[in-house]
Amino acid sequence: MILYDYVLSASCYKVRLMAALVGERLDLQAVDFHPGREHKSASFRDLNPAGTLPVLVDGDLLLTESTAMLVYLATKAGGWMGSGAVNAAQVQGWLAFSARLGASLGMARLHDMLHYPVDIAAVRRAGVDCLRELESHLTEARFAGRIFLVGDGPTIADIACFPNVALAPDGGVALDDYPSIRLWMRAIRSLERFIEMPGIHRLHELKPAPEAV
Amino acid sequence: MIPQAVLDEWYPVGMAAQVGPPPGRETMLLGQPITLFRDSAGIRVTGPDGDLAVTVAYGHVWACLGTPAHALFPIPEATQEGRRLVDCGVVRVKCSPLRAVENFLDIAHFPFVHTDILGAEPHTEVARYEVQIREDSDEVWATKVHFYQPQAAKSAEGGIVTEYMYRVPAPTASVLYKTCPARAGEWDVIGIFVQPLTEELCDVWPWMALFDDETPMADLIQFQQMIFLQDRSILENQIPRLLPLDPGMEIPTQADLTSVAYRRWLKRKGLTYGAQMVAA
Repeated sequence: MILYDYVLSASCYKVRLMAALVGERLDLQAVDFHPGREHKSASFRDLNPAGTLPVLVDGDLLLTESTAMLVYLATKAGGWMGSGAVNAAQVQGWLAFSARLGASLGMARLHDMLHYPVDIAAVRRAGVDCLRELESHLTEARFAGRIFLVGDGPTIADIACFPNVALAPDGGVALDDYPSIRLWMRAIRSLERFIEMPGIHRLHELKPAPEAV
Repeated sequence: MIPQAVLDEWYPVGMAAQVGPPPGRETMLLGQPITLFRDSAGIRVTGPDGDLAVTVAYGHVWACLGTPAHALFPIPEATQEGRRLVDCGVVRVKCSPLRAVENFLDIAHFPFVHTDILGAEPHTEVARYEVQIREDSDEVWATKVHFYQPQAAKSAEGGIVTEYMYRVPAPTASVLYKTCPARAGEWDVIGIFVQPLTEELCDVWPWMALFDDETPMADLIQFQQMIFLQDRSILENQIPRLLPLDPGMEIPTQADLTSVAYRRWLKRKGLTYGAQMVAA
């Protein structure tokens, strides 16, 4: 399975993370997104006319939407999709929500980091609206004794939403005000086989408290 | 009021390959709006008071707002046969330009920030190394720096003890030399060229001159970007925002010898843009 990849892309990371979690090996093909803008080149558009990353190729299958890649990886491995009509529908809802995160927090990050020309105040405001919705939902979940977005365990909904939320500070949006989001991120970072990306650190082992003197 | 010594230094302002015809690219240098463009005379940089002194070197455009106090520093390896020169693009960081350079000089954070790449626990000790301010070239140098690295470079296979030399030849530029995994006896050369937009905002332009004929260019660039972006969130959270040049604010350890020399050198030369002189 080949992933056309950019190491700093939140969408590419979604797919790398999902693959790691389900134990699927990816052959990573680095695309010079910045500074080379290789994803807009004629040869790359032959592969993906939209000129976007990531692109996943598995035999004859070619996928250009990261959420579709999550569905593919999860379904192959089993689990991660939400069980029953209600959960499966809610997972789809959060996949759509993840696109709003990309268009708000994701764009703020590209602006602050790589000079993307966007209305920075507007995308940050939209990002905060998303975070407030997410915080509210996760707080309800915590009161009900759950930690993930849908049902009792992690699903592709969590993986789709996690990167742009965790990287929000890169775009000048702090996460200090959202304790439920921070606990949810910690739960994701605690998953077995979790992998990091620049800007998202792994959980370092908790050290024992220093001896009292 | 910006000190004259600051104005008379060279600063990177863009990648030479990206400079286009007028109107060109608008950016900032030391708080002043400037514009880069290419015309029949070559690459030009204009500021509020007209054309600036310009040098094109190491893949980048360098400009001086005042009267250059000296020529741009040399990197002899840039013209050495067989090296691949890699322009890594730009990353904007909300920090003092001096803090971006200082971070580049630090080794002790490798196991914690660049885990399993440039360092790994429990190999956290920074052994004693040598630091000097070289009077002939007026540069800060750290030599005989050794550190255990799980994946020192894209071309490295497995962990090695890497030797480093660090060099600060300009107030907002640093060049490091590290063991070249692909060619014994040679150094890989990595620079970071920091463009001071304001005292608390900078654009960082990493650049490399490597012996590596195999790794695709996109992989080389992404390896460097991955490393630098691991630093970015740390840099944006450092307090105080400006680099303290007076001792008393921070307590250095032996591992910080390069940083101590860098701060001393900046202070001695009056290069205080992005620095604070009084302990807050």
